[in-house]
Amino acid sequence: MKNSVIVVGAGGAGLVAALNAHKSGAKVIVITKEYPTRSQTSMAQGGINAALSNIEEDSIELHVQNTLKSAHGLANIDAVNFLCQSAPEAVMWLDSIGVPFSRTKENKIAQRKLGGAYAARACYAQDYTGLKILHTLYDRCLAEGIEILNERYLLEFITCFDKDKPFVSGVSVLNKRDGEVEIYEAQSVVVATGGYSRVFHNYSTNSVASSGDGIASAFRAGARVSDMEFIQFHPTALKNSSILISESARGAGGYLVNSMGDRFTNELAPRDEVARAINDEILKGNDVFLDIRHLGEEFIKNELPQEAKLAKLYENIDPVYDLIPIKPAAHYTMGGIEVDENSSTCIDGLYAVGECANHKVHGANRLGGNSLLELIVFGKQAGESAAKYAKNFDKTTDMSGQKNIADEQIREIKEHKNKINFYAKQRELGELFYKYVGIKRDKLSLQNVLNEVIKIKKDLQKMGVSDKTKEYNTNLIEFLEFKNMLELCELILISALSRQESRGAHFRVDAPNINEKFEAHTVVSKERVVSYEN
Amino acid sequence: MKINIKRESVAQYDVEIEGVTLLEVLNEIKTKVDPSIAYSSGCRSSVCGSCAVRVNGREVLACVCHVKDGDLIEPLKNSEVIRDLVVNMDRAYGFNAKAKAWQSSIAENISLSHEDEKRNALQSDCILCGSCYSACPVYAVNSEFLGPFSLTRVWRYVSDKREQNPKEKIDNIQTNGVWDCTLCNECTLVCPQSISSKADIEKLRARSVMFGYTDPSFSNFGGGLSF
Repeated sequence: MKNSVIVVGAGGAGLVAALNAHKSGAKVIVITKEYPTRSQTSMAQGGINAALSNIEEDSIELHVQNTLKSAHGLANIDAVNFLCQSAPEAVMWLDSIGVPFSRTKENKIAQRKLGGAYAARACYAQDYTGLKILHTLYDRCLAEGIEILNERYLLEFITCFDKDKPFVSGVSVLNKRDGEVEIYEAQSVVVATGGYSRVFHNYSTNSVASSGDGIASAFRAGARVSDMEFIQFHPTALKNSSILISESARGAGGYLVNSMGDRFTNELAPRDEVARAINDEILKGNDVFLDIRHLGEEFIKNELPQEAKLAKLYENIDPVYDLIPIKPAAHYTMGGIEVDENSSTCIDGLYAVGECANHKVHGANRLGGNSLLELIVFGKQAGESAAKYAKNFDKTTDMSGQKNIADEQIREIKEHKNKINFYAKQRELGELFYKYVGIKRDKLSLQNVLNEVIKIKKDLQKMGVSDKTKEYNTNLIEFLEFKNMLELCELILISALSRQESRGAHFRVDAPNINEKFEAHTVVSKERVVSYEN
Repeated sequence: MKINIKRESVAQYDVEIEGVTLLEVLNEIKTKVDPSIAYSSGCRSSVCGSCAVRVNGREVLACVCHVKDGDLIEPLKNSEVIRDLVVNMDRAYGFNAKAKAWQSSIAENISLSHEDEKRNALQSDCILCGSCYSACPVYAVNSEFLGPFSLTRVWRYVSDKREQNPKEKIDNIQTNGVWDCTLCNECTLVCPQSISSKADIEKLRARSVMFGYTDPSFSNFGGGLSF
């Protein structure tokens, strides 16, 4: 069908892109491996940044300044300006479609201060900001009659060539329910599949679905990826389960204390600094706790209900009376698919948005409250760009044979000898990554982990699925996710090894200072060659 | 600890771990014992709504529920089972569209107070886990019932000052809607977010009456013809 846009991924970024492509006149289909409301966006608690000055004086300039500072020289100034300038409008739009933001006594949208911000800038809905934004976007998509195909796992972005230039012509997906490969043709495709924090396995705050599928598939299709080594560790994940306790707990005045009960860092410094300070305490043999007892029962009940519930459920403590045991955990991946000022990748018709994309607004370290903002601002841009491209599309495509190719890939995996349990490898890899590719890194350890990743990749033929059935084979889906994560692990390691300096979330013990030579974006080519570009 | 999982038939698994959530037990079985077992999960922190199942007949989130020896784990009711503990939620979620659970138009520059926020803060906590839908007994007699979560969602929008046309919302939930509920309260008892769809349905009934609707079973009473 002419004029059609496929959006892969149905979190905040995907749904905003879908709404805007639809509004621009395109026929839109959203494809998700889960259901829209189950996406990672539901887990965002803190808020969405916009310089509204509802609580205290703030300005777009200040928002830009804070974002750039946190990015440590790696952000694109034009992109950051666009993001921050568009922020008030983005929040007003969310308000206009019914997002139930918290309100002040003066009937304004309530805002709170998050780490690295000079003003109370994050608009929130109690501590369910992401959940309420995501569900409202979903309801809006239903109102607009946008078609959503649930439980389809992305296999590949299909490309054709016009002379030597690649362009996207559709996607292949595995229908999880009946196990059949499906091919969808479209003039443009938006990738909105989320980040790759789950390479840290149990040491990540993320949903189990954050396996970076879209980035790996786009890379295979020939898209460029960049800044993959920049992975943000959230300072306060629950100690046992890695479940997130929002920054808003510290923004409201929560303390970080060690085993002796002493505070040891500025709780509201940017996330990379706080995470490193906590890591140092843990390496000294201390336990680290978040202390919000002094905020009082009433405040915790009203402003931090989810935090209180999670602490009770997963650590069996009541934060009104007890310290909350915490550790840093992988939370957000700054790197991703390279996009230009229209959210376009280097493949014509292929757009990317959200955590899977690198719009170069977060640089070496994302500011809290900027990721929900990014979804709205660039989701609109990606949706509009994709619709415009689809409208003007005039190339001929050939999709024949695509189903056979995908069928063959699935058949081949099912024939692997299942001698090594890939789940065990996945767990081991997560532990290696947390220890050596996490908050602090050095050349030797990175090289060792890279060797291990290459070894696991070679052994993939000996790993496989014991479940050979077609219907709802999660064993197969999880193996495909594992394969994608392995590819991304290699890209992360190559990038981290190459960047011999410390900047933002990337801290090299053997090169602890910032080095101007590296004030550029890390790009990895298909041949796995690293280059630096501005 | 032995737990029983409803698959094609009931399968029993003996696991070493205790004092953990059902989701952790399922992960243990899947990654170490039997990779063929199918269930859904996501956030592990009770906000994505993926992992609702029934334990000993009662709807729970697997990431919240602590299991004990002898427990029986089954998929949700009222939805087609795809495999093991996974059900197809398309039909259930489809009721959100049938109930028109959205704001009817874009509303700009409407000032909301802290009290306005509180009016539907709880209803907008819904994670669409489907527990209430599974527990609802009305589906045994009316498969077209709009259902608890969809009606809670309608109340969320109707109760919001930004809704410009509440009557249209109310008009839409008269058939297979508010009056089909038996007010049994099962939905309230199983909601992991402490939402009471029953209470929301009662509020929607009150609003319906304000718009001139009456309980259809009540009007039958008046005519005396049903008896």
